[in-house]
Amino acid sequence: MANEIIGAVEQAIYLIVTLNPELIEITIRSLYISLSATLIASLISIPIGGVIYYYEFHGKRTLINLIQTLYSVPTVIVGLFLFLLISQRGPLANLNLLFTPEGMIIGQVLLILPILIGFTVTALIGVSNQIKELAIALGANAYQTIITIIKEARYAIMGAVILAFGRAISEVGVAILIGGNIRGFTRVFTTTISLETSKGNIELSIALGFILLAIALIINLMLNYLQGRE
Amino acid sequence: MNNKNIAIIAIIIIIIAAIGIYAFSASSSPDKSKLRISTTTSLEDTGLLKEVEAAFEKKYPGVDVQVVSGGTGIALQYGQRGDVDLMLVHDKKREEEFIKNGTGTNRTEFAYNYFWIVGPSNDPAGIKGLNATEAFKKIAQEGQANPDQVKFVSRGDESGTHSREKKIWNDSKVGYKNVTNSSWYLESGKGMGDTLLVANEKNAYTLSDSGTFLSYTKDGKISLVPLITSGKALLNVYAAIPINPDKHPKTNIEAAQNFVDFLVSPEGQAIIGKYGQEKYGQPLFTPVPTNPLPSLITPLVSVSSPA
Repeated sequence: MANEIIGAVEQAIYLIVTLNPELIEITIRSLYISLSATLIASLISIPIGGVIYYYEFHGKRTLINLIQTLYSVPTVIVGLFLFLLISQRGPLANLNLLFTPEGMIIGQVLLILPILIGFTVTALIGVSNQIKELAIALGANAYQTIITIIKEARYAIMGAVILAFGRAISEVGVAILIGGNIRGFTRVFTTTISLETSKGNIELSIALGFILLAIALIINLMLNYLQGRE
Repeated sequence: MNNKNIAIIAIIIIIIAAIGIYAFSASSSPDKSKLRISTTTSLEDTGLLKEVEAAFEKKYPGVDVQVVSGGTGIALQYGQRGDVDLMLVHDKKREEEFIKNGTGTNRTEFAYNYFWIVGPSNDPAGIKGLNATEAFKKIAQEGQANPDQVKFVSRGDESGTHSREKKIWNDSKVGYKNVTNSSWYLESGKGMGDTLLVANEKNAYTLSDSGTFLSYTKDGKISLVPLITSGKALLNVYAAIPINPDKHPKTNIEAAQNFVDFLVSPEGQAIIGKYGQEKYGQPLFTPVPTNPLPSLITPLVSVSSPA
């Protein structure tokens, strides 16, 4: 156990110091895919979350429960669902998205949408109702009110974005099924780790895990920095 | 406020840089015809395809080879659905179904090796020197008698290796159905590497491809030893099947056929025959045309139509 961990740390340092070209390529690709997915999903989810929060409608509770249930959907199931859609036998075959980074982005967007919508709604509900009433009393329309509340809840929403990014960059089900783990084209951190493990390169796998966490730390520090500033 | 802007700008720059570098690396190979190959993990894991791919791309610079790997079952699905142009697999029964139902055009054997029956070095069931079916029978008998001493770990994942294991149980007259609910029989439900680790932990026997086994023993991760390494029942033949363009018009049959021809060309066969010598001290595969299949083997059905 200890030997493997020490070996993994040595390998991680070696890979970083020597600027291993394959590692750099995989890092850029992983970040491109997961950051794009997080960005796109955020742009979709935060407004939807705002709308769900603002309006009272029949079945609102049920809708929120449904969204929260989808937090638990296994990544492989999301991958399979999208695979059936974009495979050559599927209805969206003509988009040629299978085995492309863009296909993986769509898969990760689908994967993290429920978390982002659900947490946005929760974050907005957490804001005191007085602010909503005050905004309306001051003559704000629906759009202005939602923007005001989102601004109030920005820390919690940023937390949801960080969580969603974490789920996107660490998932392997969509990456394998939609990406196909093609070397130099769709291979990302998690699929490399899974391949190296099945090859028996345990230390290299753990080393890649450390590097993935280090990169996630840097991204999270930047996002935290962003949210900690007024 | 200023710091916030800096952070925002930093994040935007990272995203743009990532996209830019990515787009640049993607655009450096414009107008290439893509050849998508789905394969079983054991071929991908050994690293053989990486070498064959490099040599092929050198010879055909206009073709971008993309090897999709994700387990046998899904590899076959990709082929069945026309998501790839070529399949490299090692499951004769299912390969023949592919030819029969018109999904594949032809089946070309390009390499073989043997599955290995591996187990603890003290060999508690005493299978050394037996052939594969006798050995499985013995493991079943001894396992029944001493389930604490004699165990067998199965992949249990419908992989090519698992299919072969089932066949050996059935050929040995023990019957696969009978072993699956025995206390000495465990299913890992995972890939070969994980299965070897489980077998090692439990001091159990298992069926493994030689490449994965050698790479695990080389690093001292497992102390299991190979007990039976040849014989008809363990022969593992790798075949290439291009996907039929009549059934899936979008497939790149030209590049697929070129790849198959390359695999069986003297150049391709030399790469296959040498692969593994440096890393494992012995080659992992025997190329097919230069070394005809051992004569004790029943002739393999060859349903090829001239390209």
